[in-house]
Amino acid sequence: MSQSQRPANPSAAEAAAAAGAVAAAAAGAPLGAGRAAVGTRLDPWLSSYAERTRSMTASEIRALFAVANRPEVVSLAGGMPYLPALPLDVIAGIAQRLIAERGAVALQYGSGQGEEVLREQIVQVMREQQIHASPEDVVVTTGSQQALDLVARVFLDPGDVVVAEAPSYVGALNVFRSYQADVVHVPLDADGLQPQALEEALVALEAAGRRAKFLYTVPNHHNPAGVTLSAARRPQVLEVARRHGLLVLEDDPYALLGFDGDPLPAMRSLDADGVIHLGSFSKTLAPGFRLGWAVAPHAVREKLVMAAEASVLCPTSFGQLAVAEYLSTYDWKGQVKTFRELYRERRDATLQALATHLPMTTWTQPKGGFYVWVTLPEGLDATAMLPRAVTARVAYVPGTAFYADDQGRQHLRLSYCFPTAERIQEGVRRLAGVVQAELETQAMFGTPLHGHPHLHHGSGDAPGPELA
Amino acid sequence: MSPRVAVLAGGISHERDVSRRSGRRVADALREAGCEVVVLDVDAGLIPSLRAEAPDVVWPVLHGAVGEDGSIRDVLELLGLPYVGTRPTACRRAWDKPVAAATVEQAGLAVPPGIALPHALFRDLGAPVVLEAALERFGLPLVVKPSRGGSALGMSIVREAGDLARAVVECFAYGETAVLQHFVAGTEVAVSVLDLDGSPRALPAVEIVADGGSYDYTARYTAGAVEFFSPARLDEATADRLARAAERAHEALGLRHLSRIDFIVGEDGTPWFLEANVAPGMTETSLLPQGAVAAGLDLEDLYRRVVDAALSPVVAGVADVTEVAAVAAS
Repeated sequence: MSQSQRPANPSAAEAAAAAGAVAAAAAGAPLGAGRAAVGTRLDPWLSSYAERTRSMTASEIRALFAVANRPEVVSLAGGMPYLPALPLDVIAGIAQRLIAERGAVALQYGSGQGEEVLREQIVQVMREQQIHASPEDVVVTTGSQQALDLVARVFLDPGDVVVAEAPSYVGALNVFRSYQADVVHVPLDADGLQPQALEEALVALEAAGRRAKFLYTVPNHHNPAGVTLSAARRPQVLEVARRHGLLVLEDDPYALLGFDGDPLPAMRSLDADGVIHLGSFSKTLAPGFRLGWAVAPHAVREKLVMAAEASVLCPTSFGQLAVAEYLSTYDWKGQVKTFRELYRERRDATLQALATHLPMTTWTQPKGGFYVWVTLPEGLDATAMLPRAVTARVAYVPGTAFYADDQGRQHLRLSYCFPTAERIQEGVRRLAGVVQAELETQAMFGTPLHGHPHLHHGSGDAPGPELA
Repeated sequence: MSPRVAVLAGGISHERDVSRRSGRRVADALREAGCEVVVLDVDAGLIPSLRAEAPDVVWPVLHGAVGEDGSIRDVLELLGLPYVGTRPTACRRAWDKPVAAATVEQAGLAVPPGIALPHALFRDLGAPVVLEAALERFGLPLVVKPSRGGSALGMSIVREAGDLARAVVECFAYGETAVLQHFVAGTEVAVSVLDLDGSPRALPAVEIVADGGSYDYTARYTAGAVEFFSPARLDEATADRLARAAERAHEALGLRHLSRIDFIVGEDGTPWFLEANVAPGMTETSLLPQGAVAAGLDLEDLYRRVVDAALSPVVAGVADVTEVAAVAAS
C-alpha cells in the first residue's frame, strides 16, 4: 500500500508537531507550548480493524502470568504436559530416520485432510473409546485447537448462540468470541453437564426466538472443572440435543488420561450423525507436534477440509509422518500409562495438600486429566486475589477466565500436570496463606469482596500455552 | 569504541511483562546506536552474568519492586558498575509515593491531599471508621492506589462511597499500604525529564486522554485505547509552569539521568504532582519515548547519550553506599 492510500498518518503529524517544538526550543520558548492540537493513538490502522478485534486488549491479569515461569514461583496455572517423561531418544531416532530416508516426502506439502497413514492410526486410537469410524471421516488439524476454529468458522455467524458448560475451556471461548458468537452457559456438577439444565436452556432460547448452533462440551476430565460426564448422562445429553436439533461438539483431549480403568464410550460412539468428535496428540504424546483431529459427519467433514485448506493448506507433513511412525513402532499405550501414573500421583498430592492446607475451600475430585476446580469461601474473589498470590510466589488461573459472562469470581483452577508433587504441596501451602490473608481482609472490611470497581477483566484472561 | 551495555529487564514484580517489553525496546535502540547489548533477567544468575559480561554500563529497565526501590542499584554500586538512572537512596524516596509527595511539596509543588493507610492500621482501628473519615475529609471521587508500584496496577478511581472498601481491598492485593487521595479534575499529563549534563530539562509534556476516562493497565498497554497529545494542549505559560515543576520535582527527589513525573493540570493551570518514576516505561506506547519524539529527539541517539552520561566520570559511587549503610545500621 502506498503512503497516500493510508487512512490516517499520525506519524507525519507527529513529526510536524515535533519540528514545531524544536523550532520553539531554538527560539527560547518553552518546549511544547502553543502547538497545534494533534492527537495520536499510536496505531494508524485503528480505524481499519474488524469488529471482532474489539476484545483483543492488554490485560492486567494476563500480565501477572508473566512471572509464573520464574523458578521461584510455583505455577499451578498452566497446562503444559510433563514432557520429561517422554522417550526422547526414541523420538529423536524416528525424526532422524524420517528425514534421512523419506525427507523429500516428509518436508513436502501434504493433503489438506491429513496423511492417510495417520488417519488410519487415529481410527485405531479412537477404538479405545469405542468409536468406530473410517479414515475418510477424519480430518487431521494443527492441534485440536485448529479443529475448534474450523468448526466455528463453518457454523457460526456473528450473533449465533453456542451452548457450553459453565465453566468452559478458555481456548474454546476465545474461538467463539473471535467469531462473535454468544455463549450460553449450562451448569455442570460432579457428573458433568446436567441434561435437565441443558433442556431448560434450549427451551428458554427457543422461547426467545433463538436457536443454538451447537453444544460445546468436554466430557472427560473437564478443563477446568476436573469432572467427567457420567455414562448414564451421555445418552441423556444426546437425547436432549437430538430433540432440539442441536449438533454436539465433543472436545476430548483427556479421554485416555483417566486414572481409574478404561475410558467411557465417547459421545461420538453413541451418535455418529449428531456429534463432531475432536481428539489430540498433545496430551498423549506431545503438543509440539501440533496435531489433533476432527471426526465429523461426512458433509460437515467436507466443509472442514475446505476450511482447513483455506487456513493452513495442510497440517505438518513431517509431524504427521513422525507421529504415525511413533504409533506403529513404539509402545504408545505403555507411554500413555506412564503419563497416567505420573499425573495420578500429582492429582493425589494436590488433593491431599488441599485437604491439609485449604479446608476452608471445596474442590472437585478429578479422576483423570490435568485440573482441579477450587471454590473459595463465600465473598472471596479469585481474580482480585491473584496479585497477592503472585507476591506469595504461587500462580493459578482465576475462574473468570472460563466464562463468557461475569461468573466465576469465587473459583480458581489449579493444574497439577507439570510441577512435581513436592512443588504442588509447597504451592498449595503458599496459596493457603494467600486465602487466609484475604479472609482476614474481608473480615476487617466486613464486606463481600465480589465485584470489581474498575477492571473490565476476566473472560479469556488465561495464561498463554507456553506456561508451566 | 562501542560501549558494552547490560540491559536489565524482567524481574519478579507484578510488572515483569512491561519491563521485558521496555527492555527489548531499549536494547534494540542501543544496538542500532552501535552499542554491544546483552539483556539480563534479575535472578540467581544475574551477578555471575554481570561478572562474566563485564559491561561498561548497566541500564536497569526494571519496573516495580527491586527495580525501582533502589535495591538492585545498591547491588550495582556494590559491584562497582556504572549504571543508568537514579541512585538507591533517591530511588527509595521516589518509589514510596507518600514520601515522594511530601518531598516535592516541601519544594513548593502542589500535591493533592491524601493519606497513606497501612493494612495493619485498618485492623487496629476498624476499617469502616477509617474509610468514613477519609471520605469526609477528601470527598468523592477518591483515588485509591498502592503506595508503591506502577502501571496503575491496583489503582481505582472511586466515584461511589459503596465502592471504596472493595477498592481498598484490591489495592491491598498489590501492597501493604493504600494511598487514598483527593481526585483532582483536569488534564492528565506526563513530563519526562532528561538530566544528562547536570541541568535537568523537561521534555514536552504528553497529554493522556483515555477512552474510558481511566488510564488503567489496559489503557496503558493496548495501542489505540488512549489518545495522546504530544506536546500537550496547554497554553505557553501553563506548559512552561509545568515544565519547571517537573524539573523541580526531579531535583527535589534527587533523580538522575532520566525520569518521568506525572501530573494533573488543574483548570486554573496548577500542576498537581501525582508521582515520580525512576524507571519510566519504554514500550511502544510509553510516555517518555513520546515526549522525546515530540522534542525532535532521535531515540537511538538519545539512549546512546544516556549511556554516555552514565559512563562519564563525574559520577562517584561511594557516598551513596555509605549513606545506605548508615540507614541500614540506624
